Amino acid sequence: MRARQLNHLWLLISLGAILMVSAVRILTGAHGIDSIGTIRAAIIATCPILMAAIGGLWSERAGVVNIGLEGQMILGTWGAAYFTYYYGPWVGVFGAALLGAVGGLLHALATVTFGVDHIVSGVAINIIGLGASRFLAEAYFTDLEGGGIKQLTGLETPTRVTIPGISDGAEYLADKHWFLVSDLASLVGAMTTDLSLFTVLVAALVIASAWILWRSTFGLRLRSCGENPAAAESLGVNVYRYKYAAVVVSGAMAGIGGGFLALVSSSGFTTGQTNGRGFIGLAAMIFGNWRPGGTTAGALLFGYTDSLQLRDSTSVHALLLIVGIGLVALALWRLRQGKTTTAIVMGALGVAFLVWFLTTDSVPKEFAGMTPYIATLLVLALAAQRLRMPAADGLRYRRGQSI
Amino acid sequence: MSATATSDAVLLQGIAKRFPGVIANHDVDITIRSGTVHALIGENGAGKSTLMKILYGVQKPDEGTITVDGQTVTFGSPTDAIARGIGMVFQHFMLADNLTVLENVVLGAEKLHGIGEKARSAVEQISTTYGFGLDPDALVEDLGVGDRQRVEILKVLYRGARIIILDEPTAVLVPQEVESLFDNLRVLKAEGHTILFISHKLDEVLDIADDITVMRRGTTVGEAKPDSITKHELAELMVGSELPSPETEESTVTDEVQLSLENVTVADARGRRLCAEVTFTIHRGEVLGIAGVEGNGQAELVETIIGMRKVATGRIRLGSEDMTAWGTRARREAGIGYIPEDRQRHGLLLDSPLWENRILGHQTQPPSVKGPWIDRAGAGSDTERIVKEYDVRTPSIETVARALSGGNQQKLIVGREMSGQPVLLIASHPTRGVDVGAQAAIWGYIKDARRDGLAVLLISADLDELIGLSDRIEVILRGRLVGEFDPQSVTPQDLGAAMTGANEATA
Amino acid sequence: MNALRRLGASLLAPVIAVVVAMIITSLVISLSGSSAGDFWSVIFSRPVDRAIVNIVNQTSLIYISALAAAIGFRMNLFNIGVEGQYTLASYAAATLAGAALFPGLLNVVLPLLLAVLVGAIWAGIAGLLKVTRGVSEVISTIMLNAIAITLVGYLLNKYGVHVGNGVRSTVIPESSRLDGWTFFEASDGPVWTLATLALLLGVGFWVLLNKTRFGFDLRATGMSQSAAVASGVNVNKMVVVSMLLSGAIAGLIWMPSFFGAAHSYGTAFQAGLGFTGIAVALLGRNQPVGIIFGAVLFAFLNEQSNRLTLETDISVNVVQITQGTIVLAVVVAYEVVRRYRTKLEQRTVAEELAGQRQPAPSERATT
Repeated sequence: MRARQLNHLWLLISLGAILMVSAVRILTGAHGIDSIGTIRAAIIATCPILMAAIGGLWSERAGVVNIGLEGQMILGTWGAAYFTYYYGPWVGVFGAALLGAVGGLLHALATVTFGVDHIVSGVAINIIGLGASRFLAEAYFTDLEGGGIKQLTGLETPTRVTIPGISDGAEYLADKHWFLVSDLASLVGAMTTDLSLFTVLVAALVIASAWILWRSTFGLRLRSCGENPAAAESLGVNVYRYKYAAVVVSGAMAGIGGGFLALVSSSGFTTGQTNGRGFIGLAAMIFGNWRPGGTTAGALLFGYTDSLQLRDSTSVHALLLIVGIGLVALALWRLRQGKTTTAIVMGALGVAFLVWFLTTDSVPKEFAGMTPYIATLLVLALAAQRLRMPAADGLRYRRGQSI
Repeated sequence: MSATATSDAVLLQGIAKRFPGVIANHDVDITIRSGTVHALIGENGAGKSTLMKILYGVQKPDEGTITVDGQTVTFGSPTDAIARGIGMVFQHFMLADNLTVLENVVLGAEKLHGIGEKARSAVEQISTTYGFGLDPDALVEDLGVGDRQRVEILKVLYRGARIIILDEPTAVLVPQEVESLFDNLRVLKAEGHTILFISHKLDEVLDIADDITVMRRGTTVGEAKPDSITKHELAELMVGSELPSPETEESTVTDEVQLSLENVTVADARGRRLCAEVTFTIHRGEVLGIAGVEGNGQAELVETIIGMRKVATGRIRLGSEDMTAWGTRARREAGIGYIPEDRQRHGLLLDSPLWENRILGHQTQPPSVKGPWIDRAGAGSDTERIVKEYDVRTPSIETVARALSGGNQQKLIVGREMSGQPVLLIASHPTRGVDVGAQAAIWGYIKDARRDGLAVLLISADLDELIGLSDRIEVILRGRLVGEFDPQSVTPQDLGAAMTGANEATA
Repeated sequence: MNALRRLGASLLAPVIAVVVAMIITSLVISLSGSSAGDFWSVIFSRPVDRAIVNIVNQTSLIYISALAAAIGFRMNLFNIGVEGQYTLASYAAATLAGAALFPGLLNVVLPLLLAVLVGAIWAGIAGLLKVTRGVSEVISTIMLNAIAITLVGYLLNKYGVHVGNGVRSTVIPESSRLDGWTFFEASDGPVWTLATLALLLGVGFWVLLNKTRFGFDLRATGMSQSAAVASGVNVNKMVVVSMLLSGAIAGLIWMPSFFGAAHSYGTAFQAGLGFTGIAVALLGRNQPVGIIFGAVLFAFLNEQSNRLTLETDISVNVVQITQGTIVLAVVVAYEVVRRYRTKLEQRTVAEELAGQRQPAPSERATT
């Protein structure tokens, strides 16, 4: 019952957000903020971040902090490129998962078996991941067609589908720039036009992860290792095994995220193309309070800002208005709850954004790129008490020492 | 020992368990009859917990056999024990706070009824049968202590346990909760379960147990029936008659007030009161003992006096100075010595050499430092002094603290906290987990210090220790001081009654 | 003898790690179809004079970076944000020095101070967030890294000097340059003057940590926060102060290179030193002396690997695998050695004490 109320809340918030975006769009004439193209780009930008975030979720729910996501993602980009070149894109996806999983295995070995600090191991894995992908690229891609010491381009991409009737209709409606109708049409259009099946796979993996972690025996056991491993051990759960499984899957997910970057987001592999997306994934997971729904919302938010900065500056500017209104609305809500201090801070920030919107005509594109990081810092600083990370997250665990 | 093996639920014979440097158990023989509440009693460190871990498969015995329901068994892990119908309720609850009651219960036993509706109805059914009144979908973090314990019991029942081990289940409960726990246990017994009840509280044992086994220094030293033994006899069995207990000496109490608390109230982050309106004074040359069941606010009181917790309302004075607002360092500089309850967590840097541990807590005072600099030579020679005077057994002062035995670690801490002529010593369970020799020595040091005019605040769970060392005893219950006793005339029974609030009910 | 054994034990872990890393590197090279022998013969050949100068210079940068990370690590504070702190600090210092508002040496000293200040402030944000809002410094510094790097990109783009495709800050005047000392031919380049900064900071670090009360408090907090609190350490204050210190040192990382060779912030800026520093700090166990070896090793591997392209068919990037593996192997090895040592020490104490007359109560009970 509680879950259903939560769903209603999510629905209301989503609807409110769409209404607000629509209003701002009409008001500013910045139709680019939710055109079909923008939403498509946002979805494509979201997927890699989302996969890294879901990877983080797997690992941290089992109590292992994985800041090696970035390195595992990088390994994934190489894996996707190599396997796609020889065996086609779907084996490429598998290759991305495989290489990411190897990174995860390394992290599990260090943190679970040897009890190394999770952060330390993660840092080392990021170094190894970056180095390995560069080395492997030079060793294996240099002589290939479309290849070079730092890249492999011209890779086959997973199938894209367009649903004929719906796609055209949605496009027609979206171009009308009507209030609300066009916005919803954009959403539908983006999901029916030239949609990569890899995107569908990502969505499926997110849903499957949520189901496995929260609805299956395996998931219950895995989460218990992140909450109270000693309790789990006392009930006969093999904590090491679950931690291993979680971290390896975590690496595989991040790897798939890397694969998406190489196969869908861009036209091929380049070294270092993850560009910190593993960290953004981590941020999205924290933003989402270590839950799949929130994590997805966080990834969407970050993916959207990521894509918008590359598109047009009027839209970025309109975004200021949205953020301003959103913050003021949040502040009012907080005020009603009696949280005066946070309400004032949020309200002041909101007003500042509104003033910024009114006094300028454009926003430097770099600022949009900072959004995920600043948003995460703000969420952490303002809502730290409401965040609930797994109780034993990041702690070393030695078998048989706590009972 | 036992002729009718078939009616015995558990038979432990000749159990021995050694750890490096310690013999935790040896020659342990226990017979537990089916369908009874069997109490296992003994002091802290008597080897009860190790024995229970052996019976629950957490640890393997070096010698001896375990027989369950007439069959000899060897347990490689708790899973094996669970399969034999043994369940354990740990003293420190093994619950995941962020999971629901249902999730906590089914964890590890998902094969029985899955994790969905079937499991929920099974949990509800057990909860109803035994009168637990638990909501399967409640988050454990929202539950009180008594309910958490019921979740733990539910966990073992869900697994079909017929033999339930309860490790000091009443240590964390208030009297009403103890009563309702005992009600639950009686229902369980009536349903044919066998209960092994570990405790060192004699009243409770006499109240609930059908059979009693006493352990001392790692082995079983006697068996009894509650109706044919007195509490005094049990206590003697438990402690051993040859064991020294500190003898009170002539009073050295002066008129000079060293520490005074006025209406001190301490609250936690949620605003719940941990200590309420505590008022007392300690004079120079006086030992004030605080008696209380663990978890009644004494730990928080100590942390408040040393400055690790903030006072919500009230005043604390050291001598004539108001130190309510001082930080821990200022208090230590003013001459407060502190022997913490958990020496490994609060008293030592385990991986540092002894001479660095000498500096800890005295970072601003000679001989450890000169101005802003660490004085290695000064700290070293003073550590040598402590090692000699306090008989700390160590190869050298370069040895890391972790390598010492508990007793020697504690002697080092006592020596350190007595250094630099303190005016007030806070001793929290100073002899817990310490061998008998070290215990007598530590008592001696506290008495010497008292004679030299030190004011001492003594917190202990060992009532004999409290009675033997204190000039005055205050009893703390639910964060309040509820009675003052003269150790010359008080008996452990009186104290026990006050500590559990039993005298409230009768008065 | 005891000291000798301790030294042996502390060397054991790094030696194991280096050997493991060598094996793995050799395997990787062999698997990719090249000759591991070639690799090692190039790496272990005598560096040319120019390379020696580079190794010394790079060692100084890496060393400062590692110190910055180490000071946090010593109290269990993970300042992952060294990268962002020195990027922002370098840009600020370069801009100030480029403006040439002050004459001569003052135009060196004040920018250095500004670098220290900016680094400290940027790290201090994470420290404050941790003590006031309970935000993990790992996450906040990662976020602050990205913000700093984006911010510098924006500022440089907006206010910098655009030259061809690139952009840089204003070049500093001749009078503010500290090129350093030439030991070989002039073409081999100088050892930068400010490389001595590394040495000074190293000594300062050692003295601060091992000889002062502050250092004791810091180490105590790192070893056991609960014991430190009980001993009177104000942990919140320590968190903020050590973040400030860490950031202050981080601010200086690139300065030897800036005043010695780069003279402006732009393409010559060397990014990534922050992460190298973290790795080297781990390698050197956060000890100032240990870090020297780590810094030299990393600088040496980086420099020598440049010859791989000319003399072999092996990718330069293989040394990154070597370096990453060393770090991972060394932390694992330290952990294993630590456990082994604890056991050994406990046994030694038990044995030595058994020599003395000591009837343990448990022994007495068995008889």
